[in-house]
Amino acid sequence: MTTELLNTLYVQTQGTDLRLEQDTLRIHLPDTPGRRTLPLRRLDGIVVYGHINLSTELITRCAQDKRPVTWMSRGGRYLARLDGAARSNVLLRHAQHQRHDDTGARLGIARNLVAGKIRNSRWILLRAARDAAPARREHARKAAEDLAAAIDKLSAAESIDVVMGIEGQAARNYFAALPHILSTATDLPPFTHRNRRPPTDPVNAALSFTYGLLRSLVHGALEQVGLDPYLGFLHGLRPGKPALALDLMEEFRPVLADRFVLTQFNRRQLRASHFDHLSGGAVSLTEDGRKELIGAWQEWKTQTWEHPIAGREVPAGLLPVVQARILARHLRGELPGYLPWTAS
Amino acid sequence: MDLLLTYDVDTTSPAGRRRLRRVAKHCEGHGLRVQKSVFEIVADEKTLLKLLHDLDQIIDSDTDSIRLYRLPTDGFNHVQTLGIAQIQPHREDLVL
Repeated sequence: MTTELLNTLYVQTQGTDLRLEQDTLRIHLPDTPGRRTLPLRRLDGIVVYGHINLSTELITRCAQDKRPVTWMSRGGRYLARLDGAARSNVLLRHAQHQRHDDTGARLGIARNLVAGKIRNSRWILLRAARDAAPARREHARKAAEDLAAAIDKLSAAESIDVVMGIEGQAARNYFAALPHILSTATDLPPFTHRNRRPPTDPVNAALSFTYGLLRSLVHGALEQVGLDPYLGFLHGLRPGKPALALDLMEEFRPVLADRFVLTQFNRRQLRASHFDHLSGGAVSLTEDGRKELIGAWQEWKTQTWEHPIAGREVPAGLLPVVQARILARHLRGELPGYLPWTAS
Repeated sequence: MDLLLTYDVDTTSPAGRRRLRRVAKHCEGHGLRVQKSVFEIVADEKTLLKLLHDLDQIIDSDTDSIRLYRLPTDGFNHVQTLGIAQIQPHREDLVL
């Protein structure tokens, strides 16, 4: 396992032109004279947001080198991803399909995925409650108790639908408590509940954007390990949906995405000027806002977290890879169950 | 590992200028240009061997020279600069 993280290139300056020249990536930024070059071999992926041109030569070269290219909308919604010829282990994917068809095995994995998510949501609330004012602390503690009860209910869940229901209820409790541990700048509209498509306040806009970043990270991790990102255990099979990526994302949402967004607002890194209010009530990040968030995300990804199963500290950016490996080991029958990552 | 590569290619003839361009292009494929003929490169042993081999094929060993310095571990984190020089992001994701 290589622990050295190669760099990912994120391009979000609209109108940027990316070209291939031998082994070099040549970048022309609009309004910036001159060109910039990057050695392609130091990049493990390219992620572009919105209107960015990539030359055909560059795209095909990335496909050949198995360097994924991910297209996101300007607002950070996942659009598409290009990978080269499938290189993954067919035996592992075969095991993944067999487990998916085995109702009991599928339920076991789905339950643990959701348990990991709720456990981590609860951790966020308790963590924030520690430093909160008494009234806010009560709200956060109360919600944390509800989440603990939800985890207990999970073990008795007898179908995926029931698991989904518990997950949905826990998410509502959790997001209802979030305003109590969030203190945005006073000139920002308050966060009341989670909404999307489109998000209608700055916190939701930042959450949606960050989920996009997380999703591309998790998707990449699954590809890297050789799992089929489109065959999920919790999210099942839906055309065009990377269901396993959505599955594996669940346990990381609270700590890697929600907590990251909370921190950005609580520290006033994200301010009113970073958001555009569009007609129809949608709110989106401005170019500066996205830059701010992506910059902070890079740093966030290098922060290390204790990994109880691996028994060592792992940078946030590699946690999905470690978990994808654990899932692969379970699917191969080397581990009796899938164990989600839990923050501590 | 962190490497510093410098080159000097004789450009008095058209063939020399061609060699210069090829050396520069090749280096751009491995690292970041920090001065006109100076590159900072992060590579492993295997890639380095390949790079040196390729450059050796390009240059004219009678007139051109290439120098490669292995910096101590973490070398690029201790670069001091004056003037317009900038610290290069070798081990960070890039946002443009």
